[in-house]
Amino acid sequence: MSRLAAFGRFWWDFVIGDDWLVAVLVAVAIGATAALAAANITAWWLLPVAVLLVLWLSLRRAIRSA
Amino acid sequence: MSTGNAFLVLSAFLASGVEMVEALTIVLAAGVARGWRSALAGLGAATLALAVVVAALGPALTHIPLQALRLVVGALLLVFGLQWLRKAILRASGYKPLHDEDEIFRRELAEAHGAARLERGSLDWYGFTLAFKGVLLEGLEVVFIVLTFGSAQGSIPLAAAGAGGALVLVGGVGVAVRAPLARVPENAMKFAVGVMLTTFGIFWSAEGAGADWPGSDASLLGVLGFVVLSSFLLVRLLRRERRSVLRTVEA
Repeated sequence: MSRLAAFGRFWWDFVIGDDWLVAVLVAVAIGATAALAAANITAWWLLPVAVLLVLWLSLRRAIRSA
Repeated sequence: MSTGNAFLVLSAFLASGVEMVEALTIVLAAGVARGWRSALAGLGAATLALAVVVAALGPALTHIPLQALRLVVGALLLVFGLQWLRKAILRASGYKPLHDEDEIFRRELAEAHGAARLERGSLDWYGFTLAFKGVLLEGLEVVFIVLTFGSAQGSIPLAAAGAGGALVLVGGVGVAVRAPLARVPENAMKFAVGVMLTTFGIFWSAEGAGADWPGSDASLLGVLGFVVLSSFLLVRLLRRERRSVLRTVEA
């Protein structure tokens, strides 16, 4: 069981890293891009804007917890 | 060579180079402290394990439909790239100490000297495990980047060529100097890798989600410029904020 937990922890650290909120917000932003594209609305601009906001938010969280 | 392919080779080269510099530091510490035989055996075993992962996953990835692949790979690269970029911005703005290969080498060396000797076969188990784990963990990131970049851009061999170039360069210099590569501008390279991963992540995940980029592949340059400018702007903002906090504390 502890090996399974260590395996899971390795992949969590590898993919998600220090800030889980980044992964969640990126998933939401990609979902919103898909929704806009499905409704035939120009959607390419959304992810760059979302990434800038996510990065800023994550940096603030890192600085606060330092 | 198209814009996308040139970025692919450069990204694979930089990302692999950074990871290989870190792996080299660990192998050197294991070799110097515990003997080269065990360290090189660990390096060889980890390389074999990585080759098995590539052989198993590489062909499988080429069978996934391109749009689905770009959505998943883009999302993963974006999360991965933002981790790198976040750390790089925190380092560049002074909120996180810079990566120092000399310091890491000294720490690994002290730990390796202090560990008890346990022989299995004719190998020192600590030296073998240290080199094996170091190369496997750093190598997995290289494999992840090469396979995801290569498959989403439609050319795993080009990505592998970029990584191969880094292996020849870092391995060659490592063998020549037998010391940690402290002069490699590792922090700047990590910043560049974070920018590249985030750029490809934005581009592919938007495409995978069904968005059309104006100018198709050429818009990669626009995304790259946006990520670079945003990152430098954030570094400047955070540096100014940190200086102001330090002045307040000193006053």
